[in-house]
Amino acid sequence: MRYITPRKAAVGLGASHTGTEHHWWMTVSSAALALLTPSFLMVVGTALQLPGRPEILAYFSHPYPAIVIAAYMTLGMMHFIKGTRILIDDYLQHTARKVGLIVAAVFGWTVIATTLFAMARMLLATAQI
Amino acid sequence: MVEFSLPKNSQIRVGKTWPKPEGATNLRKFKIYRWDPDTGENPRLDTYFVDMDRCGPMVLDALIKIKSEIDPTLSFRRSCREGICGSCAMNIDGGNHLACIYGMDEISGDVNIYPLPHMPVVKDLIPDLTHFYAQHASIKPYLITHSPEPGKEWRQSIEDRKKLDALYECIMCASCSTSCPSYWWNGDKYLGPATLLAAYRWIIDSRDEATPERLDELEDPFKLYRCHTIMNCTNTCPKGLNPAKAIAEIKHMLVDRIV
Repeated sequence: MRYITPRKAAVGLGASHTGTEHHWWMTVSSAALALLTPSFLMVVGTALQLPGRPEILAYFSHPYPAIVIAAYMTLGMMHFIKGTRILIDDYLQHTARKVGLIVAAVFGWTVIATTLFAMARMLLATAQI
Repeated sequence: MVEFSLPKNSQIRVGKTWPKPEGATNLRKFKIYRWDPDTGENPRLDTYFVDMDRCGPMVLDALIKIKSEIDPTLSFRRSCREGICGSCAMNIDGGNHLACIYGMDEISGDVNIYPLPHMPVVKDLIPDLTHFYAQHASIKPYLITHSPEPGKEWRQSIEDRKKLDALYECIMCASCSTSCPSYWWNGDKYLGPATLLAAYRWIIDSRDEATPERLDELEDPFKLYRCHTIMNCTNTCPKGLNPAKAIAEIKHMLVDRIV
């Protein structure tokens, strides 16, 4: 039981004066991902049709497929991290909300790092060949 | 907070079936949510039969007939009976409507009536709108000016006045806010479509000089950005207004400040 006025409950802690940057970033990244998706699908589709490992390594040593994959995965996962914030804010509260945000960020940045590492490794492997 | 199942003390039980009126041939079945805080019992769904040959065409007519002739303990709000006061907003046949202007001919089968969704219930079909009204008050729904007051009046062009159309008509019935899942889950912080429509009505008013302060107060992940353009508000508004568009315009103005 809390004896507070309805107005105090409605105002709460006040406005955080944030959210617009996040909203705009989601709009921009959505548009960018929409533009990048066809290229990403074409690159992945082409790679899946290659016969063996050396051909795949050679394919990703070219700038276009490597840049498309790196850009798409980095942007996509950044979009994921900020997008899951919307879900988490909707459905979780208090400590669960904070933990959820941390888990989403760790997962997203891990995928980004793994992708970039894999791309770099393929480039280096091709250079050694 | 999001809840996917009702708490045990909110689960609806089968209620009383009231006797059919004698001699009636054109009967309509009404299933109405009943809850009395004084009994401590769970809510129940009572069944009533109304003689449609001796009843007006609107849902409110039937409710008044039930209260007058069958069960005087049934509680609901009503006042103007012409869609102006917003008192009789309730969930009818799965959607939020004003009982006074919602015709029974628009409903097929039984008429199911519940209070506005996801609000605390005072009794039967009466929701507690205290928080809803406090949220409306928090956006300062009145003209704010800083310039010296003119001798006669704050002038407004016909074009600027037209911008208030489809905004000022809101009757604060809460149908839109209580149909919004975001308001269900985060209604403690999210202002909801009705309040945001009212906020936009004052932001867009050419005479109001508090636009920056009003936008500052709305810029918040919970107060404004819980709106995900679900559009239930626009679909349900009994006055045909478009709160979703008003919210989108507020977001647009906030983006214009940074881009």
